[in-house]
Amino acid sequence: MAEVKYEAASRIYPGTEIAAVNELNLDIADGELLVLVGPSGSGKSTALRMLAGLEFVDKGSIYINGKDVTLSPPQDRDIAMVFQNYALYPQMSVASNMAFALKQQGIPKAERMERVKEAAKILDLEPYLDRKPKNLSGGQRQRVAMGRAIVREPQVFLMDEPLSNLDAKLRVQTRTELVDLQARLGVTTVYVTHDQVEAMTMGHRVAVLDHGVLQQVDTPRRLYSAPANLFVAGFIGSPAMNLIEVDRTGDELHFGSAAVPLPDDVRADLRASSSKRFVIGIRPEHLGQDQNGTACGVTVVEELGSDAFIHASMPHEGDEVTVVVRLDGETEIVRGDQLSIGIDGPVHIFDAESGARLGTPVT
Amino acid sequence: MSSKGNTGPVVGQRTFGGYLLSLLAWLVGLLFFFPVFYMALSGFKTEADANADPSLIFDPTMEQFNKVTADKPGLLDAAEAFANSAWIVAISTILCMALAIPAAYALSIKPIGKWKDVLFFFISTKFLPIVAAILPLWLIADYLDLRNTRLLLIILYTAMNLPLAVWMLRSFFAEVPKELIEAAQIDGASLRSQITSVIMPIVAPGIAATALLCVIFAWNEFYLAIQLNTSGASTVPIWVNSAVEFQGQFLAQLSAAATLATLPVVIAGWLAQKRMIRGLAMGAIK
Repeated sequence: MAEVKYEAASRIYPGTEIAAVNELNLDIADGELLVLVGPSGSGKSTALRMLAGLEFVDKGSIYINGKDVTLSPPQDRDIAMVFQNYALYPQMSVASNMAFALKQQGIPKAERMERVKEAAKILDLEPYLDRKPKNLSGGQRQRVAMGRAIVREPQVFLMDEPLSNLDAKLRVQTRTELVDLQARLGVTTVYVTHDQVEAMTMGHRVAVLDHGVLQQVDTPRRLYSAPANLFVAGFIGSPAMNLIEVDRTGDELHFGSAAVPLPDDVRADLRASSSKRFVIGIRPEHLGQDQNGTACGVTVVEELGSDAFIHASMPHEGDEVTVVVRLDGETEIVRGDQLSIGIDGPVHIFDAESGARLGTPVT
Repeated sequence: MSSKGNTGPVVGQRTFGGYLLSLLAWLVGLLFFFPVFYMALSGFKTEADANADPSLIFDPTMEQFNKVTADKPGLLDAAEAFANSAWIVAISTILCMALAIPAAYALSIKPIGKWKDVLFFFISTKFLPIVAAILPLWLIADYLDLRNTRLLLIILYTAMNLPLAVWMLRSFFAEVPKELIEAAQIDGASLRSQITSVIMPIVAPGIAATALLCVIFAWNEFYLAIQLNTSGASTVPIWVNSAVEFQGQFLAQLSAAATLATLPVVIAGWLAQKRMIRGLAMGAIK
C-alpha cells in the first residue's frame, strides 16, 4: 500500500525537443484507482512507464510511499505491471508465470505455490495452472497477467491498456471485475487507457493528458460537469459535447438565434477578456426542443433504445453547424423533420484561442 | 480456387496452387539432396561400378569403407583425424557461442550507441579473401609456436565463425518481445536471470541453428587446416584427402571417405533440427 507522487516529472526522448511528458504533477492516494487517459501520443503510457522505471525521468522526481524512486531500476520499486499484450513468459506454465516474481525474491517453493493457488482462486484460473500461455484464450491470458501482478502483493499496480485486446463484451465484464478486485485488494493502481468510457467507469479520479501535458485531474463526475478546458470538454463524454465557435456581441454570446444565458462569473470573465472568439459547449442532453429555440433540420437519428441522438443542422453566424441532441428513446423524429432546438441546462464557455474555461476555475 | 492477387497462399490450404508449390519444394529439396545421396551410394560400390555408367542397382560392398579406414603406416590415422576435428569443432563452437550471445544481446536488446556500425565492423573481416591473410597468419602462428596445434585451429575457427554467429543471433534476439524483458525486470529478475530464464528459452531455436552452422563450417574447413598444419592437428577434411589412393580409379573410395566425414555433421544437424522446430515465442503476447 502506498501513495504515488509525480513531481514536475518530464520525459524528453533523445533526438526530440518536445517533451513526451511535460512537468507532470500528480498525487495519487493510497488505495486509489487513478486512470491516465488521453489520445494516442498524449504521453499517458510514457507517464506510466516512468513510474515503472522502464522510462528514464529527464527532469523532476517520482516518489512511491514517500521514497524517491526517480533513479531506481524497476526491480527495486515493488510494483507490478499488466501489459497491453500481457507479456506472459511463453515457455513457462501459468503457475510458473505467476510464481516467477516470488521466485526472484527467493521465497520458498511451498509458499510460492500457496500464494499462486490463492491468486488463481480469485481469478478462476485453478484449472489452467499447468497450461502454457499458448493454450489459453485471450481472456484467460489476460487473467494470468492479472494473476502475475496480484500474487506479488506489490505497493502499486500499473496497468497499460490491459483490456484493449479483449472483445467488446468481455471487455465490459472484465472492467467490472477489475474494479471490484482493486477495491477488495485496496492496492494503489495507476491505469492507462485511451478509452474515455473505461476511464470514467473505472477511475476514482481521472487524469486527462494531451501532448504530454496534464489537462485536468478530477473525479469522473467533475470532469464531465466542469471540464477545465476545451480539450477535456471535447474528449470526455460520448457523444461529445457540442462545441460551437462564436463571436461576442459586447458581453453577450449567441447560440443560433437565441442569446446564451450566462452566469455572472462567466459574464465578468467575458468582459475582462481581450479575446474575440469564444466556444460555447453544451452537452447533448442539455439541448432540447424549445418553442423559442432555433429551427434546425434533422440529418441523422441514432436510436440506442434508451436514448436517441438527433443530429441536426443549425444556422449559425451565416453558416451551418451540426448539433447533437439527446432525446429519450421513444421519440418519433425522423430525418428531414424540422425541430426548434434550445438550451436546456448548463453551458460551458471557453476562450477559443487559449482553450481555457471562463467562470469559476475548476479546482 | 487458386491463390491470385493479394490473397497470399495459406499454409495447409489444399488448392491446386498449393499442391504445385509443395511439389516444387520437394523437387528442389531432392535436387539438393541427390548429390549427397549419390555420394553415400557410391561409397558402397566397387571402383568398377562407381566408374561405370551411373546406376542405382549394384552389389553393395563395404570394401571401400574398410580400405579408407585401414591403418596406413606413415599416413594420417582416421581415429586421430576425427578426434582432432571433434575437439577443435566442439571447443571453437562453444567459444564462439559464449562470445556471440553477449554480443548479440548488446546489439539487439540493449543496443549500444552506433550499433549498426559495430555490426558492420564485425562482418567486415569476412570481406577479406582468406588467401590474402594466409601469409601473415602463417608467420604469426609460427612465431607463437602454434603451428601443428589444435589450439591454433580453435582460435581461427572461433574468429572465422564469430561474425556470422553474432549476425544471426542478433536477429533472433531482436525478435524477443520487448515487453517480456520489461515484465521480467518488473518481476524483480536480475540481468542474469532475465537472460537465463526469459531470453534464452525463447531464442533456443536460434542458438541451435547458429551453433549448427558454426559446427558445419568448422568441420568442413580445409584451407587453413592444410596450410597451417603438416601434422599434429590434422582434421577430417585432410584425412579425406590423404585416405584415398589417387592412383587408378578412386571415386568409390573418395565417396566412402566423404560419407564417413559427413556423418557427424548429419547427426549434429538432426539434433539441432529437433530444437529448431519448436515455435519461437508462441503465446507470449496477445
